[in-house]
Amino acid sequence: MSRYFTRLKKRPVYTWTGRPSFIDRKLKHVFYEGLCIKTDGNANTGCIRPGDYILIEGDEDRSYVAKLLKLYDDGTGTRSSKHAEVQWFVRFHEVPQNKRKRLGRDPHPNEVFLYEIPNCDSDIDAETIITTVQVQHLEEDSPFPAAQSQENSLYVKLSWDGKSFSPVNLDLLLQSGGKPVLPASSHTDSLPKPDLEVSRGLAVDSPSRPTRSARKQHSSTSKYSQSKELSDRQPSNVIFTPAARKKLQLSNSVKPTGSKLTRDDVLAELLNEDSAVSLLEAEVTRRRALASKPSSSLSKKPRDLCICLSPIRGSQITQEHQLANGIQIGPQLQPEELVKRTLKRESGAESTEGETPSKRKDSIKKDAPLDILIEDGREAGGPVVAMTPRSRRKSAQVSSARIRQQLNYLNGNQSTDFDVDDDEEDIFLPTKKDLKSSSEEEEEEEEEESESVTGRRGSRSAVPRTPRSSRKASSRTPAKTPNKTPRRTPSKTSVPRTPRTPRHATPSIPSRTQPARKPGNVLEEARARLHVSSVPESLPCREQEFQDIFNFVESKVMDGTGGCMYISGVPGTGKTATVHEVIRCLHHAAEQDELPSFCFIEINGMKMTEPHQAYVQILQMLTGQKATAEHAAALLEKRFSTPAPKRETTVLLVDELDLLWTRKQNVMYNLFDWPTRRQAKLVVLAIANTMDLPERIMINRVASRLGLTRMSFQPYSYKQLQQIISSRLNRVRAFEDDALQLVSRKVAALSGDARRCLDICRRATEICEFSRQRSGSGLVAMSHVMEALDEMFSSPYITAIRCASVQEQIFLKAVIAEFRRLGLEEATFQQVFRQHLALCRVEGLSPVCMSEGLATCLRLGACRLLLLESSHRDLHLRVRLNVSQDDVLYALKEG
Amino acid sequence: MSKGKSKETCLTHGECISQAQRMLRERFCHQKIPGKPFGVESQHKHLLELLKRTAVRGESNSVLIVGPRGAGKTMVCCCVLNELLEVKHVQENVLQAQLNGLLQTDDRIALKEITRQLHLENVVGDKVFGSFAENLAFLLEALKKSDRSSSRPVLFILDEFDLFAHHKNQTLLYNLFDVSQSAQTPVAVIGLTCRLDVLELLEKRVKSRFSHRQIHLLSSFRFKQYLEIFKMQLSLPEDFTDRRFAEEWNQNIKSLCEDRSVEDILQKHFCSSKDFRSLHMLLMLALSRVTVSHPAIKPTDLLEASRLCTMDSKANILHGLSVLELCLIIAMKHLSDIYDGEPFNFQMVHNEFQKFIQRKSHSVHNFEKPVVIKAFEHLHQLQLIKPMEGPSVRTQKDYQLVKLLLDNSQIMDALQKYPQCPTDVKQWAASAFG
Repeated sequence: MSRYFTRLKKRPVYTWTGRPSFIDRKLKHVFYEGLCIKTDGNANTGCIRPGDYILIEGDEDRSYVAKLLKLYDDGTGTRSSKHAEVQWFVRFHEVPQNKRKRLGRDPHPNEVFLYEIPNCDSDIDAETIITTVQVQHLEEDSPFPAAQSQENSLYVKLSWDGKSFSPVNLDLLLQSGGKPVLPASSHTDSLPKPDLEVSRGLAVDSPSRPTRSARKQHSSTSKYSQSKELSDRQPSNVIFTPAARKKLQLSNSVKPTGSKLTRDDVLAELLNEDSAVSLLEAEVTRRRALASKPSSSLSKKPRDLCICLSPIRGSQITQEHQLANGIQIGPQLQPEELVKRTLKRESGAESTEGETPSKRKDSIKKDAPLDILIEDGREAGGPVVAMTPRSRRKSAQVSSARIRQQLNYLNGNQSTDFDVDDDEEDIFLPTKKDLKSSSEEEEEEEEEESESVTGRRGSRSAVPRTPRSSRKASSRTPAKTPNKTPRRTPSKTSVPRTPRTPRHATPSIPSRTQPARKPGNVLEEARARLHVSSVPESLPCREQEFQDIFNFVESKVMDGTGGCMYISGVPGTGKTATVHEVIRCLHHAAEQDELPSFCFIEINGMKMTEPHQAYVQILQMLTGQKATAEHAAALLEKRFSTPAPKRETTVLLVDELDLLWTRKQNVMYNLFDWPTRRQAKLVVLAIANTMDLPERIMINRVASRLGLTRMSFQPYSYKQLQQIISSRLNRVRAFEDDALQLVSRKVAALSGDARRCLDICRRATEICEFSRQRSGSGLVAMSHVMEALDEMFSSPYITAIRCASVQEQIFLKAVIAEFRRLGLEEATFQQVFRQHLALCRVEGLSPVCMSEGLATCLRLGACRLLLLESSHRDLHLRVRLNVSQDDVLYALKEG
Repeated sequence: MSKGKSKETCLTHGECISQAQRMLRERFCHQKIPGKPFGVESQHKHLLELLKRTAVRGESNSVLIVGPRGAGKTMVCCCVLNELLEVKHVQENVLQAQLNGLLQTDDRIALKEITRQLHLENVVGDKVFGSFAENLAFLLEALKKSDRSSSRPVLFILDEFDLFAHHKNQTLLYNLFDVSQSAQTPVAVIGLTCRLDVLELLEKRVKSRFSHRQIHLLSSFRFKQYLEIFKMQLSLPEDFTDRRFAEEWNQNIKSLCEDRSVEDILQKHFCSSKDFRSLHMLLMLALSRVTVSHPAIKPTDLLEASRLCTMDSKANILHGLSVLELCLIIAMKHLSDIYDGEPFNFQMVHNEFQKFIQRKSHSVHNFEKPVVIKAFEHLHQLQLIKPMEGPSVRTQKDYQLVKLLLDNSQIMDALQKYPQCPTDVKQWAASAFG
């Protein structure tokens, strides 16, 4: 908890600057010209004025980009009374995944898009503003400027209206006047925000604005998310040795409150060092060495590693100076000196950090494995390389070409970059040491150097990075820690763990060499159309249900609200098909601009191994992340409870709802609770078979959240079934009308299951095809349908009895005789066998022995004509009939 | 012809016999699938057409093959698959996953096995990586991604299908049937089971997704066909290396079929069971009596084999008991009669035995109680008696309730055949009450 409070202490103070420029008396809004952000314990303040481009705290560790239009106070005097009106920009990763392709090119990592979706909430809490950022407008066809010139600028070329990318309307961009670009102060420089990387971005920012999100929302959920954020970055308690954890805590917690390095200065100095180029080369060679021989660096002393990892904290007042110094003198520093420095800080940090472990416990979080990497690095030395991979420093252009060659390798390593970053924008001390003792001295020295260089780079330069995906991280892990058991974080590590495994196994069935043959004649055509899988052009007979669901979802999507609907009906009545049809139509409408776009995801209780997997699947479909059930639940909870004005509505179809039942019903509870959150914009359509499921299996608080929007699908009547078949056949004339009617009447009487109906029709076409080879008629007639019906619905028992051997038949007779004698429906084998012997004599057959009799009995039991106990009871085995006595007698009489 | 002659010369009589035996044994032990199944042509055709449509047209199907044990379900299925894979372009395209309910006892194992057999990308060597949930998601994703016309059809063959229905939630069956009913990878799900009520085992959602095609294999042939099968199973093929030997052998089999006593044996066998396996058992026993000095199957061989097949196993055990043990069995028989099948304990049996000893002390040797207990325990070990309670219940051995697992008729038969059985004992057994 202490960490939480430390962060509280350091949160910035927001004050209005200048006189109120305009007062709206009606709304009691007071408009201001500027907002001053002042951070505790730091002399630096930043001023934001309308017209500036700003970064805004977002959900899920993302920060948003926007242009400030107005600043005003709503006069309530509460903490959240400061408001700002903004024009949003989206980063590429905020564009829904399925629409990213529409850009038609790879996005520049620093590229943002003007957000032009109407009715998006543009009023934000001013205290969520993090800092300013530079946004430059570029012509659509002009190239992006060379990266090193403007490291932390964002570029806007296009606008995004929810459907497509189009060139930016300059008027819109400049509508509120003001300076388009804020002069680069030292303040802005310290926030190396602008990169495409999502979560890393916030992690970089977070130190300088520690608890704003907590202040922004006074609800408990925000606290929760805050603490989760904390624990996200915490190393897992289980995995770390206490000492190592301390170090990590240190690097995690003592945030430089807006570390004000003058980046350019430092970079200049860095570049001046004549070693810069050689360092990079050294890094390259080291990587090669590492790739071929990962264990080569194992002999590295842990102490050294600590040194090279331990950051200089930016919170000191003389920080700037010190940092510059640190870098200058870094290479010449003796290890002892560094250790001292580190230790000093560690001890300082420990005092504030001591109480946190309880919090840290729940951090089986996505970062944990990454932390492990660091940990491993510190302890074993080998995987320390993971820390270094940052070669895209813009300032080190000298060797950028070579570095680019390494990109593949580095991409894999990014997540660790993240950790380095996460360990703040602190400066990793360049450590040059004399490792005279080691035989691999030279190589290691190079490693050390390159590490320090990359460390510096990582901390300072706002390098564009490709988005980190947790999957990458996990697939990379095996290479680093091959000895880890694959089981420990199963869903994180996904399939591959050991180096042998394929890295990114794509689920696919190999494709066939020749394409499948197309239907040749009318009957085959009919059969293809009648297959349940073939999607009909429209769903007949469900118009009313369709309309109801459509209206429900449409209204929710329109309003940007959430809601639940429960749909019930026996199997094969078109529930899922109707919902899919609705979604198809809505997607179509969204494409036609009649509706805000939305995202549709589908889970099925039967298609998961246990109810909690629902979280994992939803999370994966929403964000592409992989996580354990527990973690996924937390992430989803956070996602649905934090406001995100730009988020599109999510429509979630939960099929086979009853299988999501758990003892505590927390999965169901969450599924129905999220839609009730104002910010969630979640519409849940739940499907199950029984109409009274909410009353029967749900506890009150779940049932209450599900609400009363219910709909039940009645079984199809024969007319409807007939219509369904004929609409599917759609002018392919393969059936006689009578035949169709027979099928539909028969099915309607039995179950009203459309699948059954279609299957019977399909079978009838087959029978017709067989018989046509003999006779000539082309249409499926009554007789064929009758045969198909017989095949599917006739009970096999009677035929089975007729086909049984003589002894088996006698045994059945004996069973009935014994039942009659006892007046019970149950007898032991011994009793039946006596009857059996007697009957054998009557029939004139030689009596069988006991063993044979038992074998006969067990054979009948195996095909379930008889119900038996387990056979070890031998003579005292209890026997019952599984068929009615009349059926047995009927079958035996005929035979 | 010269080639044939050279072969004849190099094969001795003994070699011929051993070769014939090897060939026939392979047949009886189901190691070799016969070219064409017998008596089930329509079912065979139905299944073949169905699988052909899946393989060639990419039409998804599901079917259950139902029939009693030994009716030839697996044989038909294998025949169809062999026939299907003979077609070249089918062989290139079709993927198979064969599961057995006795081996894949839960969905986790079954999924791993499917993944392994399909060689999906999360398989390395023979190992499948990932947790149960991941495997399921992976497989479903794989099946979902491809569509009807482009991807290779997959044939799922589930032996002992009824056991899969006992898996939790029937997840595997639901998903397989769901794939077969949706526009995904074409699959054919073939279930083999001996349970006639298998559909009742399926959960309603699973049942709705199953196409309800059932192929019943109920051995419906008559005795004439049975005789035919008997002849076919014993005959040597035309291409047997030593043609003369084969001809002689087949001639012998033909005459065997016409033999009256053989027909009786087969009739009896046919009456008791139409199972192919039991026929094979009979033939196997007969075949193993063939030696160089006894080069052909004679009716007596069949008679002997039949006797072995239909022997009562418990009566056989009785023949090996000591007189004391036999006496105890008789005592127990009387107790069962008196108390009408109620359980009894050792003390009661011992009392009964003592009464008999006192009456006939001159002819039957009296045993000490520990010896009698030992004999009683031996009967227990032979499972001729069965304790009523489980082994967990701790009562004194003397008073543990047991039941006799022998019928009176069995005991009387055994006494008749028991060598040198004391007359008093026989009389005691025959008397109504001790």
